[in-house]
Amino acid sequence: MDWYASGSIIATGALVAASAGMVGCFLVLRRLALLGDAISHAVLPGIALAFLLTGSRSSLVMVLGAGALGLLTTFLVQSLQRAGVQEDAGIGVSFTALFAVGVVLVSLFAGKVDLDLDCVLYGEIAYTPWDTLTLGGFSLGPEALWIMGGIFLLNVVLISLFYKELKICAFDPAMAAAVGVNVALIHYLLMGLVSVTTVGAFESVGAILVVAMMIVPAATAYLLTERLGMMLVLAVLQGVVSSVLGYFLARWLDSSIAAAMTTVSGALFALAFLFAPRTGLVAKALALRSMRRSQEIAG
Amino acid sequence: MDFFLDANTRWVLMGASLLGLSSGLLGSFALLRRRSLVGDALAHAALPGVCIAYLLTGTKNLGFFLAGAAVAGLLATMAISAITRHTKIKEDSALGLVLTVFFGIGIMLLTVIQKLPGGNQSGLDKFLFGQAASLVGSDVRMMTAIAAGLCLAVFLLFKEFKLLSFDPGFGAGIGLPMGFLDLVLNLLILLAVVIGLQSVGVVLMAAMLITPAIAARYWTDRLGWMAALSGLFGAGSGALGTLISQLGPRMPTGPLIVLAATLLFCVSLFFAPRRGLLARLLRILRLKRQVAREGALRAVYELAEAAGAPDAAVGADDLKRRRGIHATSALNGLTAEGLLAATRENGWRLTNKGLTEAHRLVREQRLWEVFLMHEGELGGQSVDRDGAKFPAAVRTELERLLKLHNLEPALTPLEKGGA
Repeated sequence: MDWYASGSIIATGALVAASAGMVGCFLVLRRLALLGDAISHAVLPGIALAFLLTGSRSSLVMVLGAGALGLLTTFLVQSLQRAGVQEDAGIGVSFTALFAVGVVLVSLFAGKVDLDLDCVLYGEIAYTPWDTLTLGGFSLGPEALWIMGGIFLLNVVLISLFYKELKICAFDPAMAAAVGVNVALIHYLLMGLVSVTTVGAFESVGAILVVAMMIVPAATAYLLTERLGMMLVLAVLQGVVSSVLGYFLARWLDSSIAAAMTTVSGALFALAFLFAPRTGLVAKALALRSMRRSQEIAG
Repeated sequence: MDFFLDANTRWVLMGASLLGLSSGLLGSFALLRRRSLVGDALAHAALPGVCIAYLLTGTKNLGFFLAGAAVAGLLATMAISAITRHTKIKEDSALGLVLTVFFGIGIMLLTVIQKLPGGNQSGLDKFLFGQAASLVGSDVRMMTAIAAGLCLAVFLLFKEFKLLSFDPGFGAGIGLPMGFLDLVLNLLILLAVVIGLQSVGVVLMAAMLITPAIAARYWTDRLGWMAALSGLFGAGSGALGTLISQLGPRMPTGPLIVLAATLLFCVSLFFAPRRGLLARLLRILRLKRQVAREGALRAVYELAEAAGAPDAAVGADDLKRRRGIHATSALNGLTAEGLLAATRENGWRLTNKGLTEAHRLVREQRLWEVFLMHEGELGGQSVDRDGAKFPAAVRTELERLLKLHNLEPALTPLEKGGA
C-alpha cells in the first residue's frame, strides 16, 4: 500500500467533507439543501467557460467562473420565484438548464480542454496525489490538498467570525432582521461559501460527492444533537469518517472513490436514523413499549 | 433532408418525442403537487437499480432495467417519506440526501461494472447524460408501449388526479383512496423517468418533468389544457433536441433536449398572454397610465373647486404644487379626449364633458375616503375592493355621510341639455 497516495487521497476527501459538512449544517437548517444541490450542478458551465476562455486549469480562474455561476443560480431562482414560479420548479428549471449548457460545452470542446464528463460527476480524486504543486522547484505535495486546505480554513474563519449571525439567521430570520442583522448579506455569504466549497471540491471529487457531503453529514448530525456547535463538530466528524472508510471500500471494490465515500456516508446516516439515542427509530420504539407497559401496570 | 428517411434516426426521433410527451403529461401533475424535484430524486435513484439489474442478469435489456429502476425508485420514495415522517429533517434535506446517496451507490456500482469483463460495452454510462443514438428499434417499441400506457392511465384517472392535485382532503372526504392514487401517480412518474433515462440521462431527467409543465402553466389555467400543452411541449423539445444532436458527432442528446425545453419555457415566461412577463409589464403600464389620467383630471377639478368656478383655468404650476403631479402627457391625453381644454394662459380648464367625468371620479374617490373612515361600522367585509363596488345599502349610507362631512363635490355638472 502506497502511504503517500492513500494519505493524500484520504486527506483531500476529509478536507472536502469537513468544509462541505460545515456549510451543509446551515443549508439543512435553513431548508436550502436543494439550492446547494442546484448550485453544485450549475457551476459546471462556469468551470467549462473559464477553461475555454483562459485555456488554463488555474484554480483562481475556475473559482471566479464557478463562483459567478453559483451566485447567478441563486439570483435566477429568486427572480423566477418573484416572477411567480413556485420554488421547487424554479430550482429545477435553472439548474438543469445551466448544467445542460455545461455538458454541451464540455462535449463540444472535449478535445480542447482536459476535462471530461466522468470527472465532472465523480471527480479525479484518485489522481490528486500526482497533481502536485511546485514552488521554486520544490514539490509541495498535492495541489488539491492545498486548495481544499485553503477553503477549509476560509470556511472555519468566516463561520467563526459570523457564527452568531449565521446562527440567528438559521433559526429565526425574522428575529435576525428585527435585531439589525443584514439577513440578505448573510444569505449571500452562505451561498458564496457554498459556491467556493463546491468549486474547490469539484475537480477532486466531482459534483455528487460535494452535494452529498453537504447534506448527508449535516443531516446525520442534526439527528444526533440539538446544539448548533455540536452539530457542526459531528457533521465534520461524520464526513471525515466517511472519507476514510469510503476510501477503503473503493479499494476493496475497485470502484470510484468519491462514490464509495458517498455510499459510506449514506450508511452512517442510516445507522443514525435507526439507532440515534432518543430520536432513532429503535429508541422511539423502545420508549413507546416501556410507556405502554407502565400504562398497563398503572391500569 | 434525407436524414428523415434514415430508419435509425426515425426511431430515435420517435423515442425522444414519446418520452417528452409522457413526462410532460405527468410533470404537470407533479408540478401542481409541488413534487417537481421528486422526479429528480427518482431519476437519480434509478441508476443503482439499473446497475443491479445489469449485475444480476448480465444483459442490456430495457425490460430488466425498467424493473430495477422501478424497485430502486420505490425504495427511494419510501426512504424520503420515512425520513420526513420519523425525524425532524425537512423534506428538502431528505430529498437531497436520498438523491445523492442513491446516486453515489449507482456511480459506485457503475464504476465496478465498467471494470468487469465486457462491462465497458454495457453502455450503462450512456445513462448518465443520455445518448438517444443508442436507442434501437426494440427499445423504441417498448417505449411506445409504455408511453401509450401512461397516456391512457392519465386519461382514465384524470378526474382523480385533478382532485389529488387541488384538494386531496376533499377527495378523501368523498371516499376516494387518495393515498393509493398518490402511489399510482408516483409509479407513473417513475415509469416516465425510466423511459427517459436512455435518451436524456439520469442527471437531467428532472427537467423533462419540470420544464414543459411550468412552461405550459403560463398559457392556461385549466388542468386539461395544461397537461396536453405540457405533453406537446415535451414532445416538441424531445424532437428538436434530437434533431440538433444529429448535427454534430459529439453532441449529447439529453442536454440538448433539456435546452430545447428551456427555450420553450423562456418563450412562455416572456410572451405568454396574461401571465407572461411582457403581458404583465403592459398591464402595469396601462394601469399606471389610467391612474395618472384619473389623478390629473381630479386635480384639475379640485383646483377649480377651490377657485369656485367650473371653468376656472388651472396652471401647470398649480398642478405641480398639488401633490407633485407632472402629468403633462396625461393632461395632453385628456385634452385630446375632449375632457380638458387648453387656455390661453398656458393652463387647462374642464370642458362640460370633463366636468361630468371629473365630478363622478371625485365623488367616487371621496365616497371611498368616507368609507375608510367608517369602515368598522359599515361592515368592510361586504365590499368588493378589487371591483371598487359598494352594495346599494352601504352606498346610500355613504352618500349621507358624505354630506355630513361636507365633502360633496361643489362643482356639479350642468343638467343634460342645459348648456
